[in-house]
Amino acid sequence: MAARGCGGVWRRARQCGVGGPGSGPGPSPRGQRAVACNARGGAVPAGKSGLAPWIPVVGLEVHAQISSNSKLFSGSRVQFAAPPNSLVSFFDASLPGTLPVLNRRCVEAAVMTGLALNCSINKKSLFDRKHYFYADLPAGYQITQQRVPIAVNGSLSYSFCIDNKMSQMVTKTVRIKQIQLEQDSGKSLHDDTRSQTLVDLNRAGVGLMEVVMEPDMCCGEEAAAAVRELQLILQTLGSSQAVMAEGQLRVDANVSVHHPGEPYGVRTEVKNINSIRFLAKAVDYEIQRQIEELENGGTILNETRAFDSKLGCTVPMRDKEGKQDYRFMPEPNLPPLILYDTKSLPANMNHQQVINIDWIHERLPDLPSVKREKLVEQYGILPEHSFTLLNEDGLAEFFESVVKQTQMKAKKVIGWIVNDLLSYLKQHSLTVKESPVSSFLLADLLNLLEKKEISSTAAKQVFAELWKGEGKTPLEIVKEQKLELLQDQKELEQICQAVIDGQENE
Amino acid sequence: QKVSVRVLDHLEQLALVDFRDSEGVERLQKAIQFADQLHEVNTDGVEPMDSVLEDRCLYLREDDVTEGNCTKDLLENAREKVEEYFVAPPGNIPLPKLEERDTFLQGS
Repeated sequence: MAARGCGGVWRRARQCGVGGPGSGPGPSPRGQRAVACNARGGAVPAGKSGLAPWIPVVGLEVHAQISSNSKLFSGSRVQFAAPPNSLVSFFDASLPGTLPVLNRRCVEAAVMTGLALNCSINKKSLFDRKHYFYADLPAGYQITQQRVPIAVNGSLSYSFCIDNKMSQMVTKTVRIKQIQLEQDSGKSLHDDTRSQTLVDLNRAGVGLMEVVMEPDMCCGEEAAAAVRELQLILQTLGSSQAVMAEGQLRVDANVSVHHPGEPYGVRTEVKNINSIRFLAKAVDYEIQRQIEELENGGTILNETRAFDSKLGCTVPMRDKEGKQDYRFMPEPNLPPLILYDTKSLPANMNHQQVINIDWIHERLPDLPSVKREKLVEQYGILPEHSFTLLNEDGLAEFFESVVKQTQMKAKKVIGWIVNDLLSYLKQHSLTVKESPVSSFLLADLLNLLEKKEISSTAAKQVFAELWKGEGKTPLEIVKEQKLELLQDQKELEQICQAVIDGQENE
Repeated sequence: QKVSVRVLDHLEQLALVDFRDSEGVERLQKAIQFADQLHEVNTDGVEPMDSVLEDRCLYLREDDVTEGNCTKDLLENAREKVEEYFVAPPGNIPLPKLEERDTFLQGS
């Protein structure tokens, strides 16, 4: 099993001119890690500067919106953009006399996700009420699974490159504590000018899977890589579209630091992280902030902080002061959720009322890790390349399509995909689907190169021209720009001679 | 055993109930006493029951859209609205601390 936790070592860089304890906005942007997270795991001894090393501890709580037509406990539609309060049923608005009715599809999504993350699926799980007051929670409580969630004790393997080079990939594992089903809340729009909050309940009651990860990570890079892999898994399963920008995937980070051999430090919770990139930044900032605070003799408060993406720092969140008492109690309107497997399947029950874990397991699609292995095996590409292919939506399919249509070996084609095509796409902020160069055209170009009709330099030129999307074929461009490789021996001799003669005349 | 003022204050903050007077608190005390009778039952080796529904089948609904689109009806109950949004204060207004609020618990 890959190393769990990394014993990453952080030391505050000695900074001149930074204010004393408690002053200033936090870690200077010049601050830097003295030593990157140690991939081998285990604590790293104190370094030359003599400062005791710090071990950062990062745990994540990920909320993924379930991809379903209707909500977790009601029949109103799940949709991102819609007129305010148009996708709200009487139950969602918590009107008296309404009751929750569990959506089968949401349960299946949670089981699929649990299986994909190597969890034990609890054949009996329970629903609870978590109480707190907020304008976007009309019932005054959220229905969740606090005591016995649907899935527990899983793991998630993720990989990332050390030192930003695509040459060395490290694989790590984070333990999954549990996955639970719960309701999403509505949305609050703060109108500070009129000192009021506008509430839209369209999102209230949408099904969520909360994936709780143990604090096995040590830095922003690991957190980001883990979430990215989880996102790919969810998208592959179809249990969630997991688009962070649309709020379908939300991440809260729990961060603390301690010295090796000492107990874990006080942790803070960081919220309001809107992208995977910001997740890495927020976690790294918070680690640095805590180290500086402690080294300046300060203390860390067990508080909730928000990440400010503009300033690149975390700030205390108002309205979350003091420890919350959620007064958990069993949801009295819902009996236990019972799941079956082939052995325990009841004989005379209505199929529609039965969820068979084994049936779902048999139908799981290939997970990203399996897809990558297959790509490496089938095409002989490097593992790093398989990561790049799966990281970009549609890129793997594009690659395979080109390989089918060209004589060039897959090992050579891959370079064109992950270097040339991908960098052009990134430069122009395009997705693979929007690429002006189709797999057919690229295959055509690579065939010319493979048959040695053009040089590789010329091929890159042709590619640039193809990118303009003017509808010309590679051959037409080659002819236009006279990029054909000369094969005629006599002609080549004549040209060389002319060049030599030209030199002599100078 | 009486319920402490600290717990009563905590409950008033959390649940926004108002015990109002000693009669309200006495009613709570009696309710707790009544429930405490459960302790007289020997429950060794018995799994806790939290719902009489525990043997019922949890009904699973098909994932079809069958509700919603009743904005007008929902907003009819709202005292204040702005363009089909419900209006709420800018944030939670917490109950003032025990020392600062007008409650009979202060005197206790």
